[in-house]
Amino acid sequence: MRSIQRTLGRDLMRDIGLVCLADGIVGLSYGAIAVSSGFEVWVPMLLSVVVFAGASQFLFIGLVASGGNPIAAVVAGLLVNARHIPFGFAVGDVFGKGWGRRLLGSHLMIDETVAFALAQEDRRRRRAAYWACGISLFVVWNASVVAGAFAGTAVSDTGAFGLDAAFPAVLLALVLPSLKDRGVRAAALAGAVLAVAATPFLPAGLPVLLALLAVPLVLVGRNEPDKTEAGVNA
Amino acid sequence: MLLIVCAVVLGAGTFAFRFAGPALRAKVELNARAEKLMAAAAVVLLAALVATSALIEGTEFAGIARPAGVLAGGVLAWRKAPFVVVVLAAAATAAGLRLLGVP
Repeated sequence: MRSIQRTLGRDLMRDIGLVCLADGIVGLSYGAIAVSSGFEVWVPMLLSVVVFAGASQFLFIGLVASGGNPIAAVVAGLLVNARHIPFGFAVGDVFGKGWGRRLLGSHLMIDETVAFALAQEDRRRRRAAYWACGISLFVVWNASVVAGAFAGTAVSDTGAFGLDAAFPAVLLALVLPSLKDRGVRAAALAGAVLAVAATPFLPAGLPVLLALLAVPLVLVGRNEPDKTEAGVNA
Repeated sequence: MLLIVCAVVLGAGTFAFRFAGPALRAKVELNARAEKLMAAAAVVLLAALVATSALIEGTEFAGIARPAGVLAGGVLAWRKAPFVVVVLAAAATAAGLRLLGVP
């Protein structure tokens, strides 16, 4: 832990702490919402340990609570989590060697850990950021879900704190440095537009995957940087 | 009982998705170009997540307050403001607008 601290430095540790705080409040509300919609306390807790992916957990609880078939809720949850496959290709080198690291590292792969790792420039820092963010978020997320489940309806409205805006802002801040590359910027913009446009028509999870169709734009931007940028951004 | 099975299946499936990338990657030697594309794919996915989670709730427009908060945070991040400021500004903008009655 001390070596991770040295590699990351104060600033990054504080940033990770801040994300933990925000996710902790979301975890409190998730636990509280699950219990107040009729689930026993262990259900949200079990999901948090074995699934560890907020969006799919909310979706699962929501679908089952509204009378949906649990098997359909599993399928929906899996669809939302399918984005972890390409994530794994992008950050697969940060785990280190050995089965223990690969298994645990895979389980800690979530939006925040991937974004924190990608935002670091050298490999050592990337690895340290991934593990520090992953382990602290796992601990904070599960602890806050337990607390929320027992506290009942303590915090059910994270909107009042503006926390629903914090999550996209965190990801945006982490992704911004990668957007300096013209090709990547064009692909990210096109992908975001595709995903938003498709959201009203497709089941949850698919629109974000659809954004991958824009990835080839990365190469277009690389060959003729000046001309293509003008074309794609216009 | 069914709930336990469903939770475990969702967890196992999600883990399989997470494990697939690193496992396949270890088997296949990627060239520099493919490596670049993989990293770009993750950025594209995260950007799409930013856009959908900022603008949409369920299948409908999320209202003004949330995207305004994200925009405030984004501008500050672009101007190289500290991360803490970015996150707090995003949350405070959204919360403040709601306090004023903006949806």
